[in-house]
Amino acid sequence: MVLAVALAGPTMAQDAGRRVVSLGGAVTEIIYALGEQDRLVARDSTSTFPAEATGLPDVGYVRALSSEGVLSVAPDMILAEESSGPQETLDVLEAAQVPLVVVPDGYDGPAIRRKIEIVAEALGVPEKGEALAAEVEATLAEAVEGARPDQPVRVLFVLSMQGGRIMAAGRGSSAEAIISLAGGVNALEGFNGYSQVSDEAVLEAAPEVILMMERGGDHGGDSADVLAHPVLGQTPAAESGAVLRLPGLLLLGFGPRTPEAVTALSSALKAARP
Amino acid sequence: MAAPALSDRPSPLRRLVAAEGDRRPRARIAALALTALLLVISVLSLGVGASGTSLPAALWQALNGEEIALRDRLILFDIRLPRLAIGMLVGAALAVSGAVMQGLFRNPLADPGLVGVGAGAGLGAILAIVLGGLLPLALRDGLGYALVPVAAFAGGWVTTLLLYCIATREGRTSVAVMLLAGIALAALAGAISGVLVYMADDSQLRDLTFWGLGSLAGATWGKVLVAGPLIGLALAATPFLAHALNALALGEAPAAHLGIPVQRMKRLAVLSVAAATGAAVAVSGGIGFIGIVVPHLLRLVIGPDHRLLLPNAALLGASLLLVADMISRTIIAPAELPIGIVTAVIGGPFFLWILLRNRAGLEL
Repeated sequence: MVLAVALAGPTMAQDAGRRVVSLGGAVTEIIYALGEQDRLVARDSTSTFPAEATGLPDVGYVRALSSEGVLSVAPDMILAEESSGPQETLDVLEAAQVPLVVVPDGYDGPAIRRKIEIVAEALGVPEKGEALAAEVEATLAEAVEGARPDQPVRVLFVLSMQGGRIMAAGRGSSAEAIISLAGGVNALEGFNGYSQVSDEAVLEAAPEVILMMERGGDHGGDSADVLAHPVLGQTPAAESGAVLRLPGLLLLGFGPRTPEAVTALSSALKAARP
Repeated sequence: MAAPALSDRPSPLRRLVAAEGDRRPRARIAALALTALLLVISVLSLGVGASGTSLPAALWQALNGEEIALRDRLILFDIRLPRLAIGMLVGAALAVSGAVMQGLFRNPLADPGLVGVGAGAGLGAILAIVLGGLLPLALRDGLGYALVPVAAFAGGWVTTLLLYCIATREGRTSVAVMLLAGIALAALAGAISGVLVYMADDSQLRDLTFWGLGSLAGATWGKVLVAGPLIGLALAATPFLAHALNALALGEAPAAHLGIPVQRMKRLAVLSVAAATGAAVAVSGGIGFIGIVVPHLLRLVIGPDHRLLLPNAALLGASLLLVADMISRTIIAPAELPIGIVTAVIGGPFFLWILLRNRAGLEL
């Protein structure tokens, strides 16, 4: 700690942003969408799009970063989504005088604009950011307009069904946000964020569509699993075979691809409606 | 699992004393070797990491009066050095606590978890992660990210004290009651944790998973200052404990006849294990196998005398944890593997190997 005080000098890098570490899938997508990917030297494990990003060194899971891991790629700027951590790691990075730009989370159009603006500003390309933000905003408005259904579809978002227990999206979750942009309503309410839900609550919710992430590991399982599930299998969605899968980062990232996610989800919802 | 019956075998104390004759020099060599090993591993540990920063290069620069880059100073003094200190402290705490518990319960499978520290600390951490948001803002801000460690430590202590009260009647602590009540309390803590896990949201679940796997990545000088005295206190109690644990191998009544203050010694053992393990779990999360593997390995080499076993366990535990930490932070660099995974991957098969090789000798 004595050392930290001794080190704190006014030596802030003037030309920061030539070696950037990106933490968070949406942040990485924005950097690519701005065409500034050449400045990236590393990313976190949630940054899986575009595919080229996965070729960069992986500094680990965004909520469990190690300070030396991040410092080892000699960054001169860190662009991090809000939930990055732990705090101890961020403190050390701050002591290392690496500029840390926090990109706030958010699940709507204005939030996406803010993310793009903050990233573009940090990288010193505000005009590019303005252009991208305007483009995303316009296509998002168009996609949302096109998604508007006659009657909203009741959608249950299942994050995982490990061991048969359903983890689903509730109020204020990123999944609920994308569902409503795409012209659906969240079939579940009564709790915030993502949580394990009881079998009864799922039956009570009577979803017309079951939405899941398309990715491996414990979030996987295929549609057959859903149909075979003792409770999910009894829902209207299962009876009509309306089980949808979309890539998790596309669906929940709330980055520049959100208009694409809205269009994909809304057309799937329309098609799935019995 | 109990001590061999006194009637049909030579007295354990006599065997111990007899064995001591040939094992003392061996133990001295082991202590020297382990000290050297710990020194070598410590230097290595300061030199190894995700970044290319090298200790010798930095020292050479410093000797030549050159300025060491800020990043290198930070990595050496604010990342690797506190991490080295925490690694040593936690490794020593877990290994010594394991040895003390095995001696106290006269059960080779005992570990600090038996007195509820593990389950209680886990419950404390889960409470802090899942319900921390409900605390008054002033308290949450005051504790900051110390909230989880503090809650873990408190959880471990509360459970241990509860267990101690349950097992103590009229000033006498029953080790058997403590063992059984420990199982019950651990189950209860597990059940409450289960409820909280059910309430947790997605990101909290991820935090829980990472906490449970253990990591030294969050090592800071602040944590060294907090964990150091607690673990040091427990290590300082070992000379007294060692003598008493040796006598206790004969059984409680014979130990008392030998002049050992058995009740006081049991209290000291439980409290020091709770202090050491509680502090270790609080700063590093759940790290398994060190407490079981290290004492067993040492008993095979230097015998069961606790006077030799306890200090050597501290040395070997520290070394092993530092090695596991080096693996955890280099194997998938710049990312990091949780250290609990590394100790389990190394410890599990290794423990089986010890068991298979020494099935006869373990007298299980």
